Amino acid sequence: MDELRVLSVCGNLGYGFPVSSLENGIARNPHYMGADNGSTDAGPYYLGSGDQLTKREQIVRDLGHSLAAARRKKIPYIIGSAGTAGGNPHVDAVLDVMHQLAKRDGHRFRLAVIRAEMDKESVKRAVREGRIRSLGKLPPLTEEAVDESARIVGQMGLDPFIRAVEGGAEVVLAGRSCDTAIYTSYAAMRGFDLGLAFHMSKIIECGAQCALPIGANDCILGTLREDHFELEPMNAGKRLTPSSVAAHMMYEQPDPYLFYEPEGMVDLKESRFEQLDGRRVKVWGSRFVPAERPTIKLEGVRLRGYRTITVAGMTDPILLQNIDEVEARVKDTVASMVRGSLGPGDYELRFIFYGRDGVMGRPGPDGRKLAHEVGVVVEAIAKDQATANSVLSLARSTFLHCGFAGRKATAGNLAFPFSPSDFQGGPVYEFHIYHLMEVEDAGAPFEVSFEQVG
Amino acid sequence: MERLYDLAEVLRSKNAGPLFITLDLLFPDAATCRRVAESEALSPGAVAALYGVRPEDVKIVYFDAANAIKVTIPRVGPTSGAPGDRDVYGAQQHVPLLGLMIP
Repeated sequence: MDELRVLSVCGNLGYGFPVSSLENGIARNPHYMGADNGSTDAGPYYLGSGDQLTKREQIVRDLGHSLAAARRKKIPYIIGSAGTAGGNPHVDAVLDVMHQLAKRDGHRFRLAVIRAEMDKESVKRAVREGRIRSLGKLPPLTEEAVDESARIVGQMGLDPFIRAVEGGAEVVLAGRSCDTAIYTSYAAMRGFDLGLAFHMSKIIECGAQCALPIGANDCILGTLREDHFELEPMNAGKRLTPSSVAAHMMYEQPDPYLFYEPEGMVDLKESRFEQLDGRRVKVWGSRFVPAERPTIKLEGVRLRGYRTITVAGMTDPILLQNIDEVEARVKDTVASMVRGSLGPGDYELRFIFYGRDGVMGRPGPDGRKLAHEVGVVVEAIAKDQATANSVLSLARSTFLHCGFAGRKATAGNLAFPFSPSDFQGGPVYEFHIYHLMEVEDAGAPFEVSFEQVG
Repeated sequence: MERLYDLAEVLRSKNAGPLFITLDLLFPDAATCRRVAESEALSPGAVAALYGVRPEDVKIVYFDAANAIKVTIPRVGPTSGAPGDRDVYGAQQHVPLLGLMIP
């Protein structure tokens, strides 16, 4: 095999893509196609709750078109990080859509489902054996933190995908995955250079995001050969340049010259980019350096409580000058009203002032310049929804009528845009596990199961 | 002296995972990129002061192939989306850099 053509459907299945781009890609006879369906970008809620960021109808649309294309062409279709967070409920939700589509469109195929949830006991064993290291500023992982977690997933690398495809899967639906593994696995099976394959995958896992003009989700074709790869956007209105492709290596990662996979490190210091024609770019020189011991990146979240918020506006100039005083008074009043039933650790109450420092959370370089209108979000988090509701309700009514120095507008401090004014946010999670786990066999924790669909 | 925001073609911030924010500065040509890189304005100390992080935690990488500079800092408050976070995607954290004056 001297060249491998891979079609990336889009950077996030469910965000939509032009069907014409998909058809252009299919017309190029790709050997296989892939799509990423997840990310931690939207925060910890999805991993914790089992919900998806993209809604069912979005998946029906995007998977409907792409699955039909893959089956028509009889090429493998590999989907990674199913359902945003790639845990079992996320995989099951996408699996359910897949069954619905197979029935609707009359598809028949052999499906591999790969699970990515980590067994807590095996993670705790790794903690005891000192095989887990912290990334960033999270504290070292403890067995208690593992027990506290609502769910832990591991980012799977190449091995589970290779087992799935070698087992005859025509469609692969995987839980939390390294974005690159979705596309690199097939190239690895066919013996292509891993440095080039990983680098190509790292670019196309975002679909055509490296193309100009910069736009929403779209399809891109990667062609991998012995000593280089080529990229071409499948939307006729888009083009690539060496700098647009190179610049993509900066996106969402700390170092444009290096990235790490469970199997090793990819070194891009010697990568070169060349314009082939008006739309295509050729890349070579990327190198793969195998790791001494494989690692799996773990992602875990724990429940922090339940949230209720209210949103309101303020425009009285004396009030705006005294927001800090009002905030302190509201907090004190709420604390004294709930004393006896709730202690200081039983709830959290926060004020976000948009138009002051709502985004940055602290005064900017020019100090705290006040807009003539300031929006406030009041947030209560407590151990259950009812408590959060009542803490928020107390804070809201106290804020509305709170006195402050020089007050002239004595009827009310807040302009509410909505009735009811308060909104339940449901469970609130936080990432407390984002650690690397050293393993003997990077594939072992990921179970691959096969089924006949249709 | 010119503002960094006026010299850059792209100046953006984004999560690099839930624990880090990464800031990308893309310039229209190599000369402008070099001018910023060679100035002392964008030192780890300057970035640390703007973002309330320690200078040793600021990572600055120069990426000639894209006429770009990449700055990565840890989230010093809550992790992405945890209670108290203000920017789940980290998409509006570039603003403190805008006014840096480049000789």
